[in-house]
Amino acid sequence: MTRPIGRRAAEAETDPRAVNGCAPDVFSRDGTVPMREFPESEEVDFVIVGAGCGGSVLAAKLAEAGMSVVLFDAGPFFRPLSDFASDEYEQEKLYWLDPRVSDGDDPIELGANNSGQAVGGSTVHFQMVSLRFRPEWFKSRTKLGYARDWPVDWQEMWKYYAEVENALKISGPIRYPWGPKRGRYPYRAHEVNEAGLVLARGAEALGVDWAPTPLCTVSAPRGKSPPCAYRGMCKIGCSVNAKQSMLITYVPRAIRAGAEVRDLAMVGRVETGQDGRATGVSYHRGGEWRHQKARNVVLAGYSIETPRLMLNSATSRHPQGLGNSNGMVGRNLMVHSNHAVWGEFEDEIRWYKGPPSMATCEHWNYVDDDPTKDFDGGYSFMSQGPLPGDFAGTLTGATGMFGDELLTAMGKYNRMAGLKIVGETMPAPDNRVTLADESDPLGLPRARVTYAFSDNDKRLQRHSLDFMSKMLGAAGGRNLLETSSTAHLMGGCAMGDDPETSVTDDMGRSWDIDNLWICDGSLMPTAGGVNPAMTILANAARIADRIVAARNG
Amino acid sequence: MTGPFRTPYPGYDVLDKWDSPSYDDATREVLRARTTPPPRRFLSEARFAVLAALCDTVIPQPRARPVQIAPFLNAALHDDRGTGTRFAVMPPDRDAWPLGLDAIDAEAKAHHDGTGFADLARPERTLVLKEIDAERLRAPDAWQDMPAQKFFRALVLKQIAQFYYSQPAAMSEIGYGGPASPRGYVRLNAQGIDPWEAPYGQWKETDA
Repeated sequence: MTRPIGRRAAEAETDPRAVNGCAPDVFSRDGTVPMREFPESEEVDFVIVGAGCGGSVLAAKLAEAGMSVVLFDAGPFFRPLSDFASDEYEQEKLYWLDPRVSDGDDPIELGANNSGQAVGGSTVHFQMVSLRFRPEWFKSRTKLGYARDWPVDWQEMWKYYAEVENALKISGPIRYPWGPKRGRYPYRAHEVNEAGLVLARGAEALGVDWAPTPLCTVSAPRGKSPPCAYRGMCKIGCSVNAKQSMLITYVPRAIRAGAEVRDLAMVGRVETGQDGRATGVSYHRGGEWRHQKARNVVLAGYSIETPRLMLNSATSRHPQGLGNSNGMVGRNLMVHSNHAVWGEFEDEIRWYKGPPSMATCEHWNYVDDDPTKDFDGGYSFMSQGPLPGDFAGTLTGATGMFGDELLTAMGKYNRMAGLKIVGETMPAPDNRVTLADESDPLGLPRARVTYAFSDNDKRLQRHSLDFMSKMLGAAGGRNLLETSSTAHLMGGCAMGDDPETSVTDDMGRSWDIDNLWICDGSLMPTAGGVNPAMTILANAARIADRIVAARNG
Repeated sequence: MTGPFRTPYPGYDVLDKWDSPSYDDATREVLRARTTPPPRRFLSEARFAVLAALCDTVIPQPRARPVQIAPFLNAALHDDRGTGTRFAVMPPDRDAWPLGLDAIDAEAKAHHDGTGFADLARPERTLVLKEIDAERLRAPDAWQDMPAQKFFRALVLKQIAQFYYSQPAAMSEIGYGGPASPRGYVRLNAQGIDPWEAPYGQWKETDA
C-alpha cells in the first residue's frame, strides 16, 4: 500500500501514475495516453472500487454507454513491457501482500494464491485458464440437488461468455468435448506443451476426454499484442503483453471511452447520507484521505475486500455494515480445492515452457451417474508448470523436506509433471469474512477469513487424488506425491432471488441500498469446478447491460 | 539419508544468457541489484546468525559464492513486506520470526548441552530441525504457543526455498530455462529443446 515491493519501477508503487489527465500507455515502455478526469466535488454516475475482472468490464461498458465513471484500484498501474522482470521474488509486487488473518479448521492461504493488487487485478497474474460453467450449475439446487441456484439463466450467461471470450480473443480448440455446443473460439488453440501431452496420454489410457485448454493469451498477433512467447511466467505477469489481462484490454477501453482510473487509491469507506443511500467514497491516495462524490457506488474488490469494505463502512443507520441487515455480507465464502498429484518421468518434460496449464480434463464436471462419484459438485484438472520457487514451496509445504533431500527433489524439476484440480466446494455460511481486531497501516480493520472444508469437499478431494494418480501413473509417472492447497475465491456477497439469504439481487444491486452495487466474484452463489475468471467477466458484462438498459428504460 | 546433491546440468549457467534476447532490462536491473545484499537491519546479530545457519541447513551450498538468502529475508522483515496471509495461530511475521529463531536456538541448546544452533555442524542442525518438524520439542516453553511445525514449514522452509529457487544459481543447477523475456521458447514438446536451453541432463541409472 505504501511500501514498494519491487526494485524495478518502485515509483509506480508509491506515486500514482494516472494523474494530470494522462494514464500509462500499457503498450509502451514509458508513454501515456490521455485520460479524462472528474473533479471530486462532481457527483459522477458511478464510482467503481477495484479494477479487476468485475470492475474493468463494468467501467468500460458503462463509460461506452455515456456514463461518467471513476475506477479505483488500491494497486499500481504497471507498464508490463518495462516494469515486469523474469523474477519470481520481484514480481510478488503483483499480489495483495498486506496480511489477512486466516483461521478456521482449514485456514486458507491468501496473497499469491488468489489476490492481486494492481490495476487489472488478479488477471495480471492469473494463469489464463478460460472455462465456462457447466449450464446446470446455474441451477445446481434444482437440477443437481446441492448448494443453491443462481438468479440467472444459463443461456443468458452463455451469451455473455461468448461476448467476453471474443473481447479477449481466447485461444481454444475447434471442438470442446464437454457441455452444449459453443461457437468457435476467436483464436486457434495453442500447441500443447509436453506437460499437457502427459495429461493427454493419461486421459487416452483411461478412456476419458481431454482438450487443449482455452487460454487468455493470444495465439496470433492482435493489435499491439504479439502472440504468446511461451515464457511460462504467466503467474508472475506477462512482460510481452500476449496475455489479455484487464490491464491491457478492458482498462484501456474504459479510459478511451472516458472513464478515469485512479491507481494507488485505497478506498477505506463507502459514505452514506441521512437517507442511508451511498453518496461517494473516502479513499487514501498520495498520502492523504480524499473524497469522491458519486450517484452510485459499485464494489468490485473481490471476495475479501468487498465484504471488508461493506463491514468497514458501518454507520448508526447501518450498524452491521452496509447492505448487511440480514447478516449475509461476508458469508458463504468459497475457494477451489487445488489438490494435485506430481510424478517423475523418464523423459525431460520441461514443464516451464508455455502457459502452465495447456491441457485440461473436465470429465468429472459432466459425469453424474458414475458409481465412484461419491460427492456433489465437480472438478476439472489441468496439466501443471510451476516456476521453481513456486514448486519448491509446494514440496516443502507438503513434505517438510529440506537440505540435500530438497535439492535432490528439485534437481528432478525438468522431469516432473503434475495434475491439479479446480474442485468445487460447497457454500457454507460459517465460511466467512469478518473484521479482525487489528488494523492495516491506514488504520482500516483487516479482514479475518474463516474457512473449513465440508465432508463433501473432502470426498471430492480424495476422489480427485485417486483419479489423477491413476492417470499420471498410466502416463508413465512414478514416485507420485499428493499435495493439497486452495485457489481462487468465490462468494462472500452472493446474489440471489431471496432478500433474506442473499446480499444483492440478480443485477448486483444491494437489497438494502439501491445505489450500492457489487460486481465481482463475491456475487457467485456457487463455485463450480472451473477457474472463475470467465464467469466473473461474463457476469460483469451482463450486469453492465442490465444497468444500461435500466437507465435507458 | 540422501547423499550430497549433484546437479544433472554441470556447466549450465542461466547467467550466460545475460546479453541474449532471453534477458530484458528489467530483469537485468533486478538481478544486478540483488548481487549486493541489503544491510542487517531488523534481526539482532545473534538471531541473524541463527537465520544464516538455518538457511545453510535448508539449502546447503558447497559453492565458492553461495546465494545470499538470510540478508534478503531479514530485509523483508525490516520492510514489512508481507505474504498476504497471517494464520491466526501464528503471531504476525515480524513477531513470529524472532520468536521462532530463539526457539530453534533453544531446541539446539536443549539437544546439545547448551551449544546454540549456529555453532552446531550441519548434520546436528539437520537433526534438530527434523525433531522440530515432527513437533518433538525439548524446549516447548520457548515456542510460547506458536505451532512449531507450522512455523517451520509455512515460514522457514517456504520462504527460504522460494527465495533460493528464484535465483539464477538455483535455476542453473536444476536445468530451468531462467529469465525469458522477450524471448521465450519455441520447442514445447519432448521431441526437442531450444538451443538456449540447458542441454539434456546427465542422469544416473538410479534416477532413470
